[in-house]
Amino acid sequence: MTTLLGTVETDHEGYLMSRSSWSRELAIDMAATDDITLSDAHWEVIEFLQEYYDNYEIAPAIRILTKQIGKRFGQEKGNSKYLYELFPKGPAKQACRYAGLPKPTGCV
Amino acid sequence: MKESSVPAAQVVGRYRVIPIIQEQAMANISTAKATPAIQHEVGLPGALVADWHDKAISRLGTLLKERRGLQVFMDSCTKCGACTDKCHYFLGTGDPLNMPVARQDLLRSVYRRHFTFAGKWFPKLVGARELDKPMLEDWYRYFHQCSECRRCTVFCPKGIDTSEVTMAGRDILASIGIGQQYSQEIIAKVNRVGNNLGMKKPALIDVLDNLAEDISDDTGLAIRIPLDDASADMLIVTPSADFFAEPHVDGLIGMIKVLHVAGIRYTFSSQASEAANFALFTGQRDQMQGIAQRISTAAQALGVSRIVMGECGHAWRVAYSFMDTLVGGFDYLDPEHPRPEHICELTYELLKAGRIQLDPTRNDGKVVTFHDSCNVARGSGMGGIRRGQFIVPRALLKASVPEIIEMSSDATMQKTFCCGGGGGLLTDDLMELRIKGALPRAQALQAVVDSHGVTHLVAICAICKTQLSQVLPHHNLGDVQVTSLHELVGNAIIL
Repeated sequence: MTTLLGTVETDHEGYLMSRSSWSRELAIDMAATDDITLSDAHWEVIEFLQEYYDNYEIAPAIRILTKQIGKRFGQEKGNSKYLYELFPKGPAKQACRYAGLPKPTGCV
Repeated sequence: MKESSVPAAQVVGRYRVIPIIQEQAMANISTAKATPAIQHEVGLPGALVADWHDKAISRLGTLLKERRGLQVFMDSCTKCGACTDKCHYFLGTGDPLNMPVARQDLLRSVYRRHFTFAGKWFPKLVGARELDKPMLEDWYRYFHQCSECRRCTVFCPKGIDTSEVTMAGRDILASIGIGQQYSQEIIAKVNRVGNNLGMKKPALIDVLDNLAEDISDDTGLAIRIPLDDASADMLIVTPSADFFAEPHVDGLIGMIKVLHVAGIRYTFSSQASEAANFALFTGQRDQMQGIAQRISTAAQALGVSRIVMGECGHAWRVAYSFMDTLVGGFDYLDPEHPRPEHICELTYELLKAGRIQLDPTRNDGKVVTFHDSCNVARGSGMGGIRRGQFIVPRALLKASVPEIIEMSSDATMQKTFCCGGGGGLLTDDLMELRIKGALPRAQALQAVVDSHGVTHLVAICAICKTQLSQVLPHHNLGDVQVTSLHELVGNAIIL
């Protein structure tokens, strides 16, 4: 399988050093190494993260993420259980990595 | 992405067993070193300096002069062995270099070689060793397998504080170009933006506005959460994880309900939007001073008369024990409240004064146990009363929930076990260490789950909350809800 993973610069945990090297194909390859096939539901979250980051220079707080996903895509999606099902390693970290955003730092 | 190998969940028994020694068991676990860019940003060399040996010895000499405790700790160990089985990382890993005495000896043996007469002339007779590259690697690995929780110190007949040794080791390493990425990046972000997360003011406003909307919807009250409000009397400084993560944010909501019901004119600050002070963990006093100064500067700029710290363990240790010296006093505060206070102290004061009322039946069905966070338990006090750091949080819990079950007395209060993620180790690249180091806490918790059906583990530290939420499932304790104390207070408060 050809993969884009080796062609981009990442930190020691696989987060992109630069958002400009992000592409949808790269996100698909990142998810594939975690045995995840990105569905429309995944893309809803990834695209919201990118939009929020563009506005605020940080990923959204988990509470804002669940609230906004619920408002935009249906209340049944507006909870952390749903997001953890999509991103088992945590929406803040795993989904940020696929979205090409830096990892949230601190006591989180 | 390199995955750290995570062991299968260990058998969690009722009784702690001293593990069989496994030499080198954790020798392959090493947290990522800081990038040159981050090192430079915090004023440190970007990579190992050419004359690293002499620089390291010289730095050790400086620290021995500056920190008199360190000198005493280097000289006073008698190798009695009382500490050996008291460290959660030794108990969880069996690696002998995670025995506190062995961890200290990594530094002590080099100290002897260069700073004692016997070590200079007869090094082999006194266990003196040279600082070479393998020793440097052991320093980096094992000074980042200590959470600086100071449980071993409680049992040491000489009172040797291993955390001071770890901090000195990390300080020396960072000064010659080998800092830890996790902690140094966080220190850089606090300096650059104001908090560990790097959350700028517009994002902070968005979070607070959303929380105000949610609390208003839930309670029917008109809630406003002030930021940088110069008309406020009280500055609230909470760990930035409270703005961002779960279950932390539910504790923040509880705090806001308390402040609202009591009618306090409070504010958050975008400049001091972080309680945590990671420079305590890395041993860098200049950075620790700078981070503490942000809070004092913000408090004076806003003209508040009280400073109240949120649920953050080491922030409280810094505020309680060091801040007065670090920032040059608090003469600008209300003489009745002449130092930073803990949110638990404030809530307790309001409860006793009848300014808030709590109804424990609103937490019916919850069986709660309290995890004493190490920096609160062994590095602070509360309420101006003896053992107040144990009494005050428990008094609030007692008023908020119907049933509290204590874990075994060798795992609570001053003998509390670290969550396994403190001291700058709450990073994914140390996940294996974090899971193993949580073993003693998990065993104590399992016992009260079995005996009393405990459903909630309550903590007052952002690190403890994140760590325990993430690692308890590996110990088959994923059903226990890790909860902020002020979430339960917020449930119980009569609005």
